[in-house]
Amino acid sequence: MLRYFLRRLLLLIPVLLGVSVVIFSIVHLAPGDPAEVMLGPSATQEDIANLREQLGLNRPLYVQYGAFLGNALRGDLGRSMRSNAPVVEEIMDRFPATLTLAVLGMAFAIGIGLPLGLLAALKQNTWIDALCSFVALAGFSIPNFWIALMLMLLFSIYIPILPSSGIDSWKNLVMPTIVLGVQTMAVIARMTRSSMLEVIRQDYVRTARAKGISDRLVLTRHILSNVMIPVVTIAGLYFGHSLGGVVVTETVFSIPGLGRLIVDAIRSHDYPVVQGGVLFFALCVGVVNLLVDMLYAALDPRIKAQYRAAR
Amino acid sequence: MNGPLLEVSDLSVVYRTYEGTVAAVNGLGFSLHRGRTLGLVGESGAGKTTTALSIMGLVPSPPGVVESGRIIFDGQDLLRLPEREMKRIRGNRISMIFQDPMTSLNPVLTVGLQISEALAAHQDLSEAEAERRAAEMLERVQIPAARYREYPHEFSGGMRQRVVIAMALACNPSLIIADEPTTALDVTIQAQVLELMKSLKEEFATSMIMITHDLGVVGEVCDNVAVMYAGRIVETGSLEQVFSDALHPYTRGLFRCIPDIEEELSVIRPIEGLMPEPLDLPSGCAFHPRCPRCMEICRTRVPEAIERDGHGVMCHLFSEGGGGDHA
Ligand SMILES: Nc1ncnc2c1ncn2[C@@H]1O[C@H](COP(=O)(O)OP(=O)(O)O)[C@@H](O)[C@H]1O
Ligand SMILES: [Mg+2]
Repeated sequence: MLRYFLRRLLLLIPVLLGVSVVIFSIVHLAPGDPAEVMLGPSATQEDIANLREQLGLNRPLYVQYGAFLGNALRGDLGRSMRSNAPVVEEIMDRFPATLTLAVLGMAFAIGIGLPLGLLAALKQNTWIDALCSFVALAGFSIPNFWIALMLMLLFSIYIPILPSSGIDSWKNLVMPTIVLGVQTMAVIARMTRSSMLEVIRQDYVRTARAKGISDRLVLTRHILSNVMIPVVTIAGLYFGHSLGGVVVTETVFSIPGLGRLIVDAIRSHDYPVVQGGVLFFALCVGVVNLLVDMLYAALDPRIKAQYRAAR
Repeated sequence: MNGPLLEVSDLSVVYRTYEGTVAAVNGLGFSLHRGRTLGLVGESGAGKTTTALSIMGLVPSPPGVVESGRIIFDGQDLLRLPEREMKRIRGNRISMIFQDPMTSLNPVLTVGLQISEALAAHQDLSEAEAERRAAEMLERVQIPAARYREYPHEFSGGMRQRVVIAMALACNPSLIIADEPTTALDVTIQAQVLELMKSLKEEFATSMIMITHDLGVVGEVCDNVAVMYAGRIVETGSLEQVFSDALHPYTRGLFRCIPDIEEELSVIRPIEGLMPEPLDLPSGCAFHPRCPRCMEICRTRVPEAIERDGHGVMCHLFSEGGGGDHA
């Protein structure tokens, strides 16, 4: 298991390399000149040319990429062109807010989605089931920026109980958490329902009942352990997906997180921050996927056996 | 205590489905004496599994409904027992071995736990004690106790069925219902598993209902036989009575269909035609459309059960004024 973990960790390297090439190319091939942006409209051609030279923007692209990569490997992602602070520092400043949001969003998604799916399955074909399915479908199909705006309208303007921006108290996090988690919640609810309906009619559940063990034990030990396997997989996939939602959520609710940092950096052509931020995001998604795979193996001994066999 | 261990009478079970009401078991009755093995024989769809699940109180509901009947086990009517009481009997005094060992074990739990939880549910044991006893049960079915913490996928089909047997025997039940326990196994493994069941049944002195459509299995392990057709028992008797002196045209058809004695384990391929759809059972005797000796009365009246010297049959040929002898 440990060996598998380490091997998977090594596999992250080519993934991150790929991401770095892609993001580097996009940033550098996009129109717009950072030197111009940095110096503002009043700058002369000469000033701009000097700054370009100073920033190394005149060197061939592959040389620039090589330098970027070499530094990145040493944990140096360059300096922000706007603030001149090290990019790593900027990321670390913003990361806690984003991490909090992501974790809360996931907790919300699981905390609501799982019971909703279970309830729907246990009350299959009743109005409760229909209601749960409706909530899940709505949560999945309504764009999250729209949900964000509607929530703000409702809880910040009509019934002003929640602040619409900032990050001063837990109240600030309520709406962003919902917005970030709602899609994953919907996916988890649907997956839980179908997985539950599938598991409940399995022979081994009947075998468990035939032993005369309590209903609670049948549910927790025999049913839920199997229901969780596909649910964890889908939750893991959607965690990466929902990190994308961080950008929208942080922007709408003015939360100073990583997503906002990157959006602002793109607007001001702050290359190093964009590159570093995206690379860091990719690293997070990779690590999360790895953790989910580990969890998956812990839940399903058949998968674990495959890992053992494959080493 | 005297009297039969299990006495089922007038049991009727239906499944209410979207296509209609499936009459799976229709007023069925039989009894089983202590220490004996009853073979419940019949084609697929005859209602054998439904009968077993009724005894266990595990008929899936919906769609299943037990409409009538009495299942007297050791003096108690199981059908009138509250679920709480029934849980104390299930897996403890009556246990069941299911047909397909590939699907009847939980894939994410160790085989050891799946055995020990049956013990823990019914006996006041410490965790360590339950584990020790479960490991002992594994050894009893010839699986090394060292494999206690392995998962079902690490075992072959035959071994899994032995795990299921260990599970069923763990609490030393008075009755074991084995629902086609060898059907899903390789032929060579079938004999081994059957042999094991036979010897453990003796050792634990349990009674058994052996459900099968394999007459070879019946001949091997059963004392008595009940032949099932379309949710009814059409003939019952001792092994000898039914095997060498079959009365009912259906039973006779079954034996004619054993292709060859050489072919050790023969599967029933009986008689012209198919089992009727339980959705739409024929009037009168359900067997009449396929019966070579069908009479006028068979089309309209359900025959009564008749018994001579413990040999029962449900056929108009043998009723008063019926078609007479069975020669
Ligand atoms: N869960 C169910 N829902 C609807 N019909 C069922 C169900 N289980 C069994 N049946 C029907 O009941 C009849 C008897 O089935 P079963 O007891 O499994 O027979 P056997 O075990 O002898 O093959 C069959 O026609 C089958 O289709
Ligand atoms: Mg069956």
